[in-house]
Amino acid sequence: MTAVVTGIGVAAPNGLGTDAWWQAVLRGESGIRPLTRFDASGYPSRLAGEVPGFVDEEHVPSRLLPQTDRVTRLSLAAAKEALDDAEVDPAALPQYTAGVVTAASSGGFEFGQRELQALWSKGSQYVSAYQSFAWFYAVNSGQISIRHGLRGASGVLVSEQAGGLDAVAQARRQLRKGARLVVAGGLDSALCPWGWAAHLAGGAMTTADDPAAAYLPFDERAKGHVVGEGGALLVLEDAGAARQRGARRVYGTVAGQASTFDADPAVPRLRAAAEQALAEAGIGPAYVDVVFADAAGEREADRAEAQALADLFGPRGVPVTAPKTMTGRLSAGGASLDLAAALLALRDQVVPPTTGTARPAADCPLDLVTGAPRPARLRTALVLARGRGGFNAAAVVRAAAA
Amino acid sequence: MDDTGHPARGRLELADLARLLSECAGDSEGIDMTDPVVLDQDWMDLNYDSISLIQTTSRIERDYGLQLDEEELGDADTPRRYLDMVNTALSARAGV
Repeated sequence: MTAVVTGIGVAAPNGLGTDAWWQAVLRGESGIRPLTRFDASGYPSRLAGEVPGFVDEEHVPSRLLPQTDRVTRLSLAAAKEALDDAEVDPAALPQYTAGVVTAASSGGFEFGQRELQALWSKGSQYVSAYQSFAWFYAVNSGQISIRHGLRGASGVLVSEQAGGLDAVAQARRQLRKGARLVVAGGLDSALCPWGWAAHLAGGAMTTADDPAAAYLPFDERAKGHVVGEGGALLVLEDAGAARQRGARRVYGTVAGQASTFDADPAVPRLRAAAEQALAEAGIGPAYVDVVFADAAGEREADRAEAQALADLFGPRGVPVTAPKTMTGRLSAGGASLDLAAALLALRDQVVPPTTGTARPAADCPLDLVTGAPRPARLRTALVLARGRGGFNAAAVVRAAAA
Repeated sequence: MDDTGHPARGRLELADLARLLSECAGDSEGIDMTDPVVLDQDWMDLNYDSISLIQTTSRIERDYGLQLDEEELGDADTPRRYLDMVNTALSARAGV
């Protein structure tokens, strides 16, 4: 089984829709700004990456508006864009052969906050019946499945930032078992006071107010990250099935994936995930042309990732980038957006830039692509992700003809 | 105002129900819920599932100061039966 990506859908703080986002990324245009969704002036962190220009009614039918949180609406938009991009009608595929696997970190938090407030301030008779599912982790998979007739094996994964890759790994398992198509990836959005309180409790958010100097992974000034919303969904198909239906475009192949867990926080296993993903792809580190880093934006975690990369590739041994510096960290959406970026980098033969960070700290010996996109001959990309709580994931994507 | 603090309203008409459904559960594409032809159609054919009716019923109970019987609600499989159920409850209350 070879898993190919035939469609991409994106909702990101620096662009709604794949093209708008990718062009912004190549321009180095950040979506990190003062948070507007609620009054955050009294909170220690006041910057966020908000998806711009999303008009609910343009993406979500009337019947779904009363029963969906922001994150589900963004997910429905991304799923539709990805399926349209793949030019496939999943309902026309054989019954039960197309599914959806998403990753989520918080479910429909804003919806949940509103209904819990109604419960405690007014009483249970004021709580929406849709609360019964609208705030669940699995709700995005469910609504996408219903909307597009994706009735094959489906599910949801919760492993924070690693989720965007883990969902794609699960999709590949389903393809191996005979599925023809899986919509996979992740989006998150929790830009409400309740969600903000949860993010703040994590202790890793920046308190900076200057968007240009707030999230600086691998920089010696790094002091936390910005939280954003959004992510990406991909259409994955078995290469044979894609060929059979006459798919017009293949962005690339997901050639290898692995996930590891830091049972002991002092023994990070990110490198092991990368090595196992490369092993599954059947290639050595020398074949990797670019790395999309997890880019925590905390000194210790940045050092650990830089060390893992130096051990694998040698100091400054491979171009490394972190376009998430333009979106903030998107929880489950982060790594799937990086996968989309990696595929478009392969398509356009260009490494998108890292913004904010001007040059990596001395203890982060990386060839970090900063300032401007770097044209390069790219056949293979490695995407890394670390999820809070010890989750590591790695994915190897290769150009279609590689 | 009646003694429940809610505006006194004698009957729930199809137009009222259509508005409440729209507000609570959204509109069904291509279906005009104010058109009397919908009265005897099954809720499922009108694209309103049980949870959308629970949501709408909860709103009617609040707005009209009513408590509707869940079992009867389950049997009200068309807008006409649903309106009958609500209006029976409203007139029973008016008769108290």
